Amino acid sequence: MRFRLSPDHIRILIPFVSLAVLLAAVFWLQPRAMSYMGLNLLLNLAVPIALATIAQMLVIAVNDLDLSIGTFVSFAACVTAVYMPEQPLLGIVILAAAIGAYALMGLVIHLRDLPSIVVTLGMSFVWGGLAVLLLPSPGGQAPEWLRTVMTAATPFVPMAVVASAIIALVAHLVVMRSTLGVALRGVGGNARSVSRAGWSVARIKVAAYALSGLFSVLSGMALVGLTTSADANIALRYTLLSIAGVILGGGEFTGGRVSPVGAVVGALTLTLAGSFLSFLRISPDWQIGAQGAVLIVVLGLRLIFSRREA
Amino acid sequence: MSSPVAAVGGASVTFGAVRALSGVDLAIVSGEAVGLVGHNGAGKSTLVNVINGGLTPHAGSVAYDGAEKGLSGVAAARAGGVRCVFQELSLCPNLTIAENARLMHAGLAGFGWRSRARNLVEAKLSEIFPGNRIDCAATVSALSIAERQMVEIALNFLDVSGPPQLVILDEPTSSLDSTLAGQLLAHVRAYVSGGGSVLLISHILSEILSTSSRIVVMKDGGVVANRPAGDFTVKSLVEAMGSVVRDKAASGERAGRDQAPLVIDLPAVRGGFGFRAHKGEVVGLAGLGGHGQTDMLLSLFRARSGNWLPHGPGDIAFVAGDRALNGTFPLWSILRNLSIGNLSALSSRYAVDREREAATGTAWKEKISIRTPDMHLPILSLSGGNQQKVLFARALSTAADIVLMDDPMRGVDIGTKQDVYGIIRAEAEAGRTFIWYSTEMDEICLCDRVYVFRDGAIVAELTGDEIDEHHVLAASFSGAAA
Repeated sequence: MRFRLSPDHIRILIPFVSLAVLLAAVFWLQPRAMSYMGLNLLLNLAVPIALATIAQMLVIAVNDLDLSIGTFVSFAACVTAVYMPEQPLLGIVILAAAIGAYALMGLVIHLRDLPSIVVTLGMSFVWGGLAVLLLPSPGGQAPEWLRTVMTAATPFVPMAVVASAIIALVAHLVVMRSTLGVALRGVGGNARSVSRAGWSVARIKVAAYALSGLFSVLSGMALVGLTTSADANIALRYTLLSIAGVILGGGEFTGGRVSPVGAVVGALTLTLAGSFLSFLRISPDWQIGAQGAVLIVVLGLRLIFSRREA
Repeated sequence: MSSPVAAVGGASVTFGAVRALSGVDLAIVSGEAVGLVGHNGAGKSTLVNVINGGLTPHAGSVAYDGAEKGLSGVAAARAGGVRCVFQELSLCPNLTIAENARLMHAGLAGFGWRSRARNLVEAKLSEIFPGNRIDCAATVSALSIAERQMVEIALNFLDVSGPPQLVILDEPTSSLDSTLAGQLLAHVRAYVSGGGSVLLISHILSEILSTSSRIVVMKDGGVVANRPAGDFTVKSLVEAMGSVVRDKAASGERAGRDQAPLVIDLPAVRGGFGFRAHKGEVVGLAGLGGHGQTDMLLSLFRARSGNWLPHGPGDIAFVAGDRALNGTFPLWSILRNLSIGNLSALSSRYAVDREREAATGTAWKEKISIRTPDMHLPILSLSGGNQQKVLFARALSTAADIVLMDDPMRGVDIGTKQDVYGIIRAEAEAGRTFIWYSTEMDEICLCDRVYVFRDGAIVAELTGDEIDEHHVLAASFSGAAA
């Protein structure tokens, strides 16, 4: 019997292949990147993006879309930079309340049957405003322990790779292996049959949004740990980057088809795409467009493969 | 006699003006298979939803054996051991079979539930459908429709934390071939003789007669017969589903339309009948809901209209049945909703001529008496029946020779219906052809020619005096040749 690649296999494979191709291209252009130091520099900023991508993926898993991740991560970063070094308790309370607000947002979206895009778009202005109130001009500082964690020199493999692997593993366990994860993806696949089986769809959605808020907060903290200070607009790009990462990683907007490992790989790919373009001496102004081009190429490949299969 | 597994007492359900269930009593005890039959709108699905807890009756009670007090709805039904295989497939396509089992059975918790679920489903599948080749590690979307149906049936018969007491099977064989259907019915009989109980709904009367011990016949939201299966034959079942008296006043002046030129002539498919429609004829599409009538309308529409570019002056118009889904533009005014069907005729130099549009609106408001003070009010200010009239006006204001209607009178009050029947008659006299899918027998009896659909094919063609409830029912249910 010949082994045949099913569409599911291709879905998982494509993000890895694109990451490998991009990595090879970067090494070819800049052989010095092929080192502990080089890899760490290349992938450092991928850690907060990977966390934000997981946050987005949790919302996409229940057939919603979160347009407030960028400003929410910025807000979390501002809270971390302003309060965490001096008043850690207050900082933790604020971040916990923010996660609670996220859960509440999920409940309102479900109960009132509102379009998530509209609600989260509105909330993005709220988070953005709060962030500006906290930190009108760039500043604040990273707490010492956070700085230590994010710049830790792990043996053999750089911190960025280790952290990405841990994020992927945790997200995989939560979304693909746990019962909650099954219910989450079940709501994305067929919410009616989940509620017919006696589950509370409202509770599942609240859990999805709360988890998403948690990962966004972690993303903001990781970002501060890397940059040592914050700014109200520090992570605005994350909204679109996180959506792109989920899709690049084999996820789909509807139907509860998501892949946590793929999402992390997608986030890495998007980060690398930026570095790749700098090595090509393309101005940063073009980078967003070029990242879009990478996305289109990968999605095009996926379409071709799934068409051939069908 | 043991206490009933599930008992419905005096249950009534109303949807707006429609009384879907009126005072139904039904008790199912263990060890019996109850067959449930009835035509469209008889209330079968509503009754099923009441029993499985998905719908709380507006009056009356539902009780389950063994369910603790304090639970209600789906939770109470599941605690009472009620399982339901729905007519439309209701698995999560993005999950594996084991994950679907986990969602359905709260008892499959704890370490290693995946492999336990897989083993249980595998065992149950080979018990019900011996020799099946379903890979239980697969994602549901990788399975064929028949395989999905098999998995759903097996999941509902699964014994996780206590065996199921009552399994409701709503058209379970609709996507299974005859071998698989036979295996399923054999399993149902074995399960019932082992003390379980089953509520079986099927349009194949031989399945009902051979499998059930008792048959409940529903009509117009009530139970009209509830007797042991041995008392019924195919013929008496069909008779029980229909009404005895019928008035045939509407027909009579139909003669001579057969001589009019043909506007549609399709060859027969799959050993059924061909499809023909003459100019000025009202052609009815009958049969149980979802047996291919809407697909027929859609393919007729597609064949006559362009895919990308406008196909010249439209010669075909479509009146949608599901107003909210594909009928009205909810944010637009009544007038805009009406004129959208015919904008090019109301425009000069690519701009809509507002005066002509308003004149058309006023004319149709008079003609079919849309009850509104002002055509500029939002469409949602109208009652459902009047919204439907606007959709009719949208189709009739075009130059279309053929009007397709997809069960447009659902949930419309009787007065409006009479108005619309009059309009259809008048427009047919004027030379338009109507193709009318209806789930209501009165409307089918208004047609000049009726095609009865079953399992996606036309199984009967009725004309003239043959068009009556008995013939339609007999053709809708297989194994009941008239």
